[in-house]
Amino acid sequence: MGCGSVHRPRAVVRVVDFVYYFPSPGHCKASQHQCARGQRYIQFGRFPMKCRFRLLLGGLVFATMHLAPAFAQSGGMSLPKTVEAGNAFSIQATGSGKAVLYIVGPGQVLKRDVQLGETTFFAAGDLHNAGHYLAVLVGGSSTGNGAFDVVPAKNPANLSFLAKPSRLSVSLHDGISGAVCVFDPYQNLITAPTPVSFQLSGLSTAAQTRTVATRNGCAWTEMDSAAKEGAAQFVARVGSISSTRVIQQVPGDPCGLRMSARPSGQKIELETDPVRDCGGNAVPDGTVVTFTELYDGSQTTVDVPLKRGVARAEMPAYSGARISVATGVVMGNEIRWGKQ
Amino acid sequence: MTKFLLVVCTVFAATFPLRADQSAVRVEPTNVQGPRPLVKQTETAVIRDYLQAWQSVSAALEQNRADLLDRDFVGAAKDKLTDTIQEQAGLGLSTRYQDRSHDIQIVYYSPEGLSIQLIDNVEYDVEILDHDKIQTTQRVRARYIVILTPAEVRWRVRVFQGQPE
Repeated sequence: MGCGSVHRPRAVVRVVDFVYYFPSPGHCKASQHQCARGQRYIQFGRFPMKCRFRLLLGGLVFATMHLAPAFAQSGGMSLPKTVEAGNAFSIQATGSGKAVLYIVGPGQVLKRDVQLGETTFFAAGDLHNAGHYLAVLVGGSSTGNGAFDVVPAKNPANLSFLAKPSRLSVSLHDGISGAVCVFDPYQNLITAPTPVSFQLSGLSTAAQTRTVATRNGCAWTEMDSAAKEGAAQFVARVGSISSTRVIQQVPGDPCGLRMSARPSGQKIELETDPVRDCGGNAVPDGTVVTFTELYDGSQTTVDVPLKRGVARAEMPAYSGARISVATGVVMGNEIRWGKQ
Repeated sequence: MTKFLLVVCTVFAATFPLRADQSAVRVEPTNVQGPRPLVKQTETAVIRDYLQAWQSVSAALEQNRADLLDRDFVGAAKDKLTDTIQEQAGLGLSTRYQDRSHDIQIVYYSPEGLSIQLIDNVEYDVEILDHDKIQTTQRVRARYIVILTPAEVRWRVRVFQGQPE
C-alpha cells in the first residue's frame, strides 16, 4: 500500500500508541502483497513504518528549509537572525583556536572569549535591549562578522499612558485625549501591533470604551467628557496590564443666568438664581458674577463671588436705571428699575 | 599665484574632512497619525535635535562619557545608553559611530503634543576599539524607531531603538 492511498479500515482498535487494523476487503485487494485474505495487519501509530520514515525525512527537509533564514552564516559564525529580548541564544564559531567575540550595539555591549569550533551560549537576560547588533569575531584561525536584531519581548509589561487634560468642562466632544506606548519588561517599545483598550468611566455616566491597535508601538484615542461633573477614571489596558489616570470633569459655563431685584431702602438688592451650567451642574462657589448698573450716562459695577450657588449685591436705587448681570462671557437678564 | 594655490589647497584640505563627516539627510513627507497637525517649525526642530542627538551618542560612546548624553537624551534611551557606556568602560571597549545617511519620516505626533515619533533608515559606520586598538570597522544599515519629547529648549530622545528592516 502506498503512502498516498491510505484505505479507511473497517474497524480500528487503538491501544496506546499502536493500532490494530482490521482491513476492509478493499484494503487487502489493493495491497495483496502485504496482507493475505483474513490476515491481521499490525502497525504502530497511524501510518505504516515505511511512511513514517518518509514523513520524518520530509519533516527534516521542511524544518531545514524554515530554519535556514533564521540563522545566517557570517564569515566564521552562525548567527541567529533575530533574538527575542531577554532570551537565551547561541553563536557557533567555526575554525580552531581562541578568539574574542564582540557583540556591539548602542543598547548593549558584550565581549566573550570563545573557543572556535564550539558554540558560545548566552544566557537568558544577557542581551535584553532591543536593537541592531554587530557580532565580530577577532583572533584564532577564523575571523568574521555579521549582524542580527534583538526584538522586543512579546509580553507587555509597562504602559506609558498620557491623558490630557487632567481637568476639563463637562460635555466636551473629544475633549479628553489618551496616548499609550507599550513596553516589554526590559523597557523596549513593542512595535508589533498590540490592541489597547481605553475606557473612560465616571460614577454617574456610562463608560466609553474604545480599542485601538498600536502602530509602531503607540496608540491614541479621544473621548468625550461626561454631561455630569465629577472625577472620571481613564484606564488604558493591554492584556492584564493597565494604567489609570483621573480626569476631573467640572461644570461648564453658566447657562440661563438670571437675577431678580427688590428694593431695600435707598438701595436695590440683587440676587441671582442658583447658577448652573447647561447640564444642570452647579457652577462652583467663587465664580465671579458681575452686576452692572447704567444710569444717566454713568456706570456702577460690582463683582461678587458665588456663595452657595448664588450671587448677591446691593446697588443704588435710581429710578430708570438699567441693571445687567454677567459671568465670564455669559450674559444674563437685564432689569430696568422704577419708572420706564 | 603659488601662494594663492597654497591657500586654496589648505582651505580645501581643512574643510574636506568636515564635509566627509557630514551625513546625508533625507526627510520623507510626514505621514503623521494623530489629530494634531505638525507645523513646519516643529518638524524642522525635531529633525535638527534628533541629528544632534546622533552626534551626542557618537561622542559619548567613543569617549565613554555618559554626561555627553544629558543634552539630547532622557528616560529609557538615556538609561540604556548610559548602561552601554558603563559596560564598554568595564570591558575596556569604546565604539565610534559615524552616521553616513539618514532617511527620516515622522510618523506620530501625540494629541497633546508631548511626543513625536519618527522612523529613520540610517546608515552608519561602527568602529570597535578594544583598549584603544581598532578591532574592526563595519558599515551598518539599520532602521531606528525614535520617540522624542519636548524639554525646555529642545526635543530630547526618549526611545532610541533599532528594529529589523
